[in-house]
Amino acid sequence: MPATRYTHPAIALHWLMAVLLTGLFGLGLYMSELALSPEKLKLYSWHKWAGVSAFLLVLLRLAWRAGHPPPALPAAMPRWQQAASHALHHLLYLLMVAIPLSGWLMSSAKGFQTVYFGVLPLPDLLAKDKALGELLETVHATLNYTLAVLVVAHVAAALKHHLLDRDDVLLRMLPWAQRSR
Amino acid sequence: MNALRLAQALLVLACGSAQAVEFTHVQADQSTLQFVSRQMGVPVDGRFRKFAATLAFDPARPAAAKARLELDLASVDAGSPDADGEVVGKSWFDVKSFPTAVFVSSSIRPLGDNRFELAGKLTIKGRTREVSAPFTFRRAGGNGVFDGAFVLRRLDFAIGDGVWSDLGAVANEVQIKFHIVAGPAAGSR
Repeated sequence: MPATRYTHPAIALHWLMAVLLTGLFGLGLYMSELALSPEKLKLYSWHKWAGVSAFLLVLLRLAWRAGHPPPALPAAMPRWQQAASHALHHLLYLLMVAIPLSGWLMSSAKGFQTVYFGVLPLPDLLAKDKALGELLETVHATLNYTLAVLVVAHVAAALKHHLLDRDDVLLRMLPWAQRSR
Repeated sequence: MNALRLAQALLVLACGSAQAVEFTHVQADQSTLQFVSRQMGVPVDGRFRKFAATLAFDPARPAAAKARLELDLASVDAGSPDADGEVVGKSWFDVKSFPTAVFVSSSIRPLGDNRFELAGKLTIKGRTREVSAPFTFRRAGGNGVFDGAFVLRRLDFAIGDGVWSDLGAVANEVQIKFHIVAGPAAGSR
């Protein structure tokens, strides 16, 4: 019998990352506007540590997903909506991998090594290069705004399923929901 | 007898000139003054683009050697445009009131194996402290090359006071690395 709900680890990882990525996005917007101060240095470091954590979590999530495929979409869904759903999820995963990578590379190009939690130095894959650093900053920001737009679409689609279609597409990702109908 | 005297005189001259190579002509374009600060545990490279060093160093007579360095603090590259703008300000170098840092040697003693210890007075931001740095000396293409490093505690000189005295953000210890290339004095070759 095919699964009708996401597994508990998949649900836990989904919501953990939802909170983490929202926080990272807000922190990134806030900290980049600050004048240089000890607080700014700390916030940047925390952002980078959280970003590395998000990268590790998305790898864990992809590994879990490979062994535990998500439940099938409702058969009643139009084909184009199923295709759009798959495409959107692929893009979300792609960005969740690409964004921390772009941040790490940007940091290297700007001459600031990433040292995870202040103890574990990550290698600098790029040498310091001002122009490249600025380019990667634009890339990092653009990828983030793209992710933000896609997350809005993701949430809107989930709510549409729950409120308009009245199916269990949203419920199967909620930790406390019972199977409806 | 005359021939012997001449030979002796030549020998003395030869020995004398071999020992008395005194390096004095600092090659600014080949010399560097770099530093590594630690921000949130992350080493960040910086350097000073403009400094003037005067030097008189004969490896055979280190006790008579002298060194003096004047550093244009506004020529700092602190690792990022953000930081460059910040460190010239009042709470860091305060270059408006204190444009130069000065080091004057008081002693240079041999440690053996082409290693020496340089000691002297360093003045930054109106504060003078004793500092010492081990360095190595080697000859390269007729020049003398001096490489040394020491750790400066920035708060000894009130570099980064006020909110920046938070050592959790920027560590007190700043590694200073100097690489000085100097040619021989005219006539001492």
